[in-house]
Amino acid sequence: MLIKRQRYPSIKEHQVTDEAVYQQRRQILKQLGFMGAGALLAPHQSLALNLFGDDKPKFKTHPLSYSKQENHGETLTPFNKVSGHNNFYEFGTDKADPKANAQAFDIDPWLLRVDGQVEKPFSLSLEALYKVAPLEERIYRLRCVEAWSMVIPWIGFPLKALLEKAQPLNGAKYVAFETLYDPKQMPGQASVFRGGGIDYPYVEGLRIDEAVHPLTLLAVGLYGNSLPPQNGAPIRLVVPWKYGFKSIKSIVRIRLTDKQPPTTWNLLAPNEYGFFANVNPKVDHPRWSQARERRITTGGLFTNNRIDTLPFNGYNEVASLYRGMDLRRFY
Amino acid sequence: MNLSRALSRRSIEWIKFFIHSLSLSWAAVVFYQAATDQLGGDPVEALLHFTGISAFNLLLLCLSVSPLAKWLRASPLMQLRRLLGLYAFTFACLHLLSFVMFELQLEWQLLMTEIIKRPYITVGFSAWVILLLLAATSTKAMQRRLGKQWQKLHNWVYLAGPLIALHYIWSVKSDIFQPVVYIGLLAILLFCRKDKFIKTTYCVNEKRG
Repeated sequence: MLIKRQRYPSIKEHQVTDEAVYQQRRQILKQLGFMGAGALLAPHQSLALNLFGDDKPKFKTHPLSYSKQENHGETLTPFNKVSGHNNFYEFGTDKADPKANAQAFDIDPWLLRVDGQVEKPFSLSLEALYKVAPLEERIYRLRCVEAWSMVIPWIGFPLKALLEKAQPLNGAKYVAFETLYDPKQMPGQASVFRGGGIDYPYVEGLRIDEAVHPLTLLAVGLYGNSLPPQNGAPIRLVVPWKYGFKSIKSIVRIRLTDKQPPTTWNLLAPNEYGFFANVNPKVDHPRWSQARERRITTGGLFTNNRIDTLPFNGYNEVASLYRGMDLRRFY
Repeated sequence: MNLSRALSRRSIEWIKFFIHSLSLSWAAVVFYQAATDQLGGDPVEALLHFTGISAFNLLLLCLSVSPLAKWLRASPLMQLRRLLGLYAFTFACLHLLSFVMFELQLEWQLLMTEIIKRPYITVGFSAWVILLLLAATSTKAMQRRLGKQWQKLHNWVYLAGPLIALHYIWSVKSDIFQPVVYIGLLAILLFCRKDKFIKTTYCVNEKRG
């Protein structure tokens, strides 16, 4: 027998019904016409739901408790843009696809494995993801390789906190990440036409010194709540000084290795996407200049939002990690 | 039934009216949505895609007119060709304009270097130049003045099509499915003209119009 667990957090049944009726109230009234509002009583509810109901499931996020960060003057990208403009090819290649296709994404149960070159490999359940370390807000710039950027209030904890629990061995030089592979839930993985020709699962990697840098975050939420599915629920990486594609979503495995791990976009087009992928205004992508970027906040077409792109996306404190490296070669 | 007769002057006018109103109102609605920030997370990207794909759609429609007219034996349909071509050019202009105004935000120097440095932009811009020449010589008066050269010039549309397809497939990151579908459609439309390409030297002698 299949026992289906309720999605976290559990929702009381009466709430669901009430909301569905509430949302359909005008339509139901119209349909019932002269029969009036009195006909809204119980027998008609199922009918209303079947015929006119919006039966699309809605992913539920939940509020998190965390320590707030003061915003130092940068305008935040509004929540509806952060959660409505996503590159998450597992749910389709159009920027609006992930929001449209990911609402039924079931993240419970979830299992994040941490293993490889470590003393103590372990796994985390969904509930445990929120308890690895005290959650903190981090307002970070996100620079996409496509030359647009956002400012996002993430909630999470340093990746370092997780890695320390596993106690990396001396041989651990790199950290490899892997996204969930579940073609039943992710239409982009099920169809080569919808997934942009990527070889799934999506994989990413960091050098160990990058991984333990205090800026490197494992995010479990944004804007006060747990992550929406299109932003990489339940847990994702955020490396603010690298192009967005490094910040892998919906992670199920973190493996410490002695060799540089393969990374998805680098495998697909090595001349366009390097392993490091540090934000660098001096090194262009073959198809677009990286010197400047369009900052997405509010406002339509006539918003003047082109700004200079800064080395390491303005996070100069990481520059020392790359001292002596030719960043034109290691792009 | 003779479709040529059924397609009266009046019905052609109605089809033209339909093309005008659909193209103009659609463009107006999308530009309004983009200007008022109702076009998704990044209205600039959405607008670029909309104008570009619309121009390509209209060009494919334009190229399907003569095979369709031949197949249905409905020569009056040929009267729609110029209008569709001009709207393809209009949307190509809106595409270029959107790129310059909203993506580059009037950084003219960057426009120059992008056209030179980025092959997919070089190719797209070349296609626009061809469409510009064709649009500029699309009037009856220009047709008369250019005489035999007119058809020769307008055969360049068979180069513009593949250039636009190349521009499209080159501009996407990895999701080539849709561009490949478009390339297939274009290939079919060009295949319909295979006899013309074989006898290309006689093209100038073909009846104009």
